[in-house]
Amino acid sequence: MTKRIETADEAKQDAAYSEALKELIYQMADDDFIVSFRGSEWLGLAPHIEEDVAFSSITQNTMGHAVMYYNLLEELGEGDADALAHARPLEKRRNAVYLEKQNGDGSYLKEPYFDWALTVVRHYFYEVLKKVKLEALTKSSYVPLANIAQKVLMEQPYHLAHWKLWIRQLQNSNEDAKSRINMRIVEAWKEFGDALELGTKSSEMVQHELIAGEEFLQKQWLNEVKATVMSLPTYPLEKGLGNGRNGKHSADLKQAIKIFSEVYESDREAVW
Amino acid sequence: MYNYIPDGDSVAKAYTEEDQGKYEVFMERINNGEKIEADDWMPEDYRQALIKLISMHGISEIMGALPEKEWVPKAPTLKRKLGIMAKVQDEMGHGQLLLRVAEDLMKPYGRTRENLIEDLLNGDLKFHNVFHMPTKTWADAGMVGWMVDGAAIISQTNMLDASYGPYQRALQRICAEEVFHAQHGEAIIMALAEGTKEQREILQESFSRWWPSLLMFFGPASAETTGSSKQDIMIKYRIRKSNNEELRQVFLNKYLPRAFSLGLTVPDETVHYDKENERWIYQQPDWNEFKQIIKNKGPMSKERLRLREIAYEKNRWVRQALAPQVISS
Repeated sequence: MTKRIETADEAKQDAAYSEALKELIYQMADDDFIVSFRGSEWLGLAPHIEEDVAFSSITQNTMGHAVMYYNLLEELGEGDADALAHARPLEKRRNAVYLEKQNGDGSYLKEPYFDWALTVVRHYFYEVLKKVKLEALTKSSYVPLANIAQKVLMEQPYHLAHWKLWIRQLQNSNEDAKSRINMRIVEAWKEFGDALELGTKSSEMVQHELIAGEEFLQKQWLNEVKATVMSLPTYPLEKGLGNGRNGKHSADLKQAIKIFSEVYESDREAVW
Repeated sequence: MYNYIPDGDSVAKAYTEEDQGKYEVFMERINNGEKIEADDWMPEDYRQALIKLISMHGISEIMGALPEKEWVPKAPTLKRKLGIMAKVQDEMGHGQLLLRVAEDLMKPYGRTRENLIEDLLNGDLKFHNVFHMPTKTWADAGMVGWMVDGAAIISQTNMLDASYGPYQRALQRICAEEVFHAQHGEAIIMALAEGTKEQREILQESFSRWWPSLLMFFGPASAETTGSSKQDIMIKYRIRKSNNEELRQVFLNKYLPRAFSLGLTVPDETVHYDKENERWIYQQPDWNEFKQIIKNKGPMSKERLRLREIAYEKNRWVRQALAPQVISS
C-alpha cells in the first residue's frame, strides 16, 4: 500500500522518515534559491530587453518555489524560513555545486563579464532536472510536498521551454555560438554530477517513498537532454567542483552568501 | 517617468499647403480628444517631441532598473525578495513596452532600437536624473519605490489622456503597476520607520540624500532655468496637461504630510505650506547640478552606463547568433 503522510506533525512522529524528508526538501529549496540568486544578478544585463523581462520573471517564480520549500521546512520544525534561507552556513547548504558557480568574471555591481552560454546551459540542465524531480514528487508519500510539486508544475514547464528554445537556437546558429555552447556543455558535464544525486539519505528517501531513486531520475534526465542537445560527451557526468548534496561547496557559494545575507546579517533581530 | 526634455530643439519646418490642411485636421482631432495612431499623419515637431519623450521614458525605465537591482540580490527577507524581484521585472517590462512605441514612431527615419541603445551609450539619449544617483543602503530600495515611483505616478497620470494613442494606452498599464510599486516601497519604508534606531537612521539618511533629486524630478519651472524645456509644445499638442511646477506641488502636497507623519525631517528649513497662495514653499535645488547630472555627469552616470555597455558588448555574439542567417550561394 502506498504510504501517505498528510501533515508535518504526522511526519515528525517518525524520526527516520522526517530526517530523509527534510534532507530532500533542503536540496529542492537550496537549488531553487541559488539558481534564482544567480539569475537575479543578471537583471538588466541580459542579451536583449525581452529576455530581461522573461528571465527576471522566471527568476522571480523560482524564488517563489524556494520560499514554498523553506516554509515546509519551517513547518517541520527547522526554524524560521528567512533564517533558513539567509543564515545557514556554507557546509549546511545542500544545493548542487555547479548551480552556485558565478555567472562569469566581475561582479553584478561592477564589470559584470557574465557569460550567456554558461547561463543557457546551466538553466537548461537544471530545469530538465527540476521537471524530472517534480514529476517524481507528485507521487511523494509526503502530501504537502506532492501538492507543491503539482503547483510548481503549472509554471515550470514554461521555464524549461524557454531555456530549451535558447539552447536549440544557439546550437543551430553560427559556428561561434555553437562552440561557446559546446564548451559550456563539456564544462557542465564535469561539474553537474552532484545535481543528479540525492545525497547520503538517498536510499531512505526511496524507502519512504518520498521520491524516485537516483538511477531513475538520472535516466529520465539524460533521455530528455539527449533529445535536445546535439553533441553530448559520451563519458559519465563528473563532480569536478565538489558535492553540494554533502555540503562540499566552492568559494563561489561563499561569495553568494556574503551578498544575499548582507542586509539580513546587518541586524538579525530587526524586522525588515 | 519624467517631464523634462533636455536639448529639445524642435525642428521648425515649413509646411506645404497640403500639410497645412492636414495640420488643421490633426489639431481639430486632438482638440476633440481623439487619439492619434502610429500610421496617422502628424506634424514633424509632434513626432519628434514624442520620440524624445517616449524613448527617454523607455530608456529611463531600463536604466532605472539598475539602481534598484543593486538591492535585489541583497533583499533581507524572502517576502522582500519576491516583492523587489516582481517590481524590477515590471520596470523592465515598461521599458520594453515603451521602446516598442518609440520604434514605431522612428520607423519613417529608418531608426531602430539598436540606434537608441547606441545613442544611450554615446550620450545622445538621456535618462532620468534620479537614476544617476547612488544607492547606499536598503532604505534606498524603499525610497525608490515609495517616492521616486510616487513622483513617476504623478507625472504619468498627467499624461494618461495623452493625444498619442499607443503611448496613452501603454501609460494606462504602467500607472496601474506603478501604484503597486509605490505600495511596495512604502511597506519597506514603514518597516524601517517602525524599526530599530539604526533602521530609522538609514531611512532619514536616505530621505535627506534623495530630497534634491526628488525636487529635480519634475524638471525646472521654466525654460529660463536651464535653457530649454519642451513643456509648452507638450501642452499644446495635448500630450500632457500640467506644467512642471504644478506637478511638483502635487507631489509635495501628497508626500510631505506622509514624510512628517513618519517623523522624517526635510533637509530644508524653509519648507512650509503657504496657505494664502495654496502652495509649498521650498528652496530650489541646484539646477546647474541638474544639468550636469542629465549630461551623464552625475555621481553614478558612468558606472551605470558602463553596465549597459558591457552587457551590449559581451552579448554581441548572442545578437549575431539570433540574427537571420545570410545564405550565400
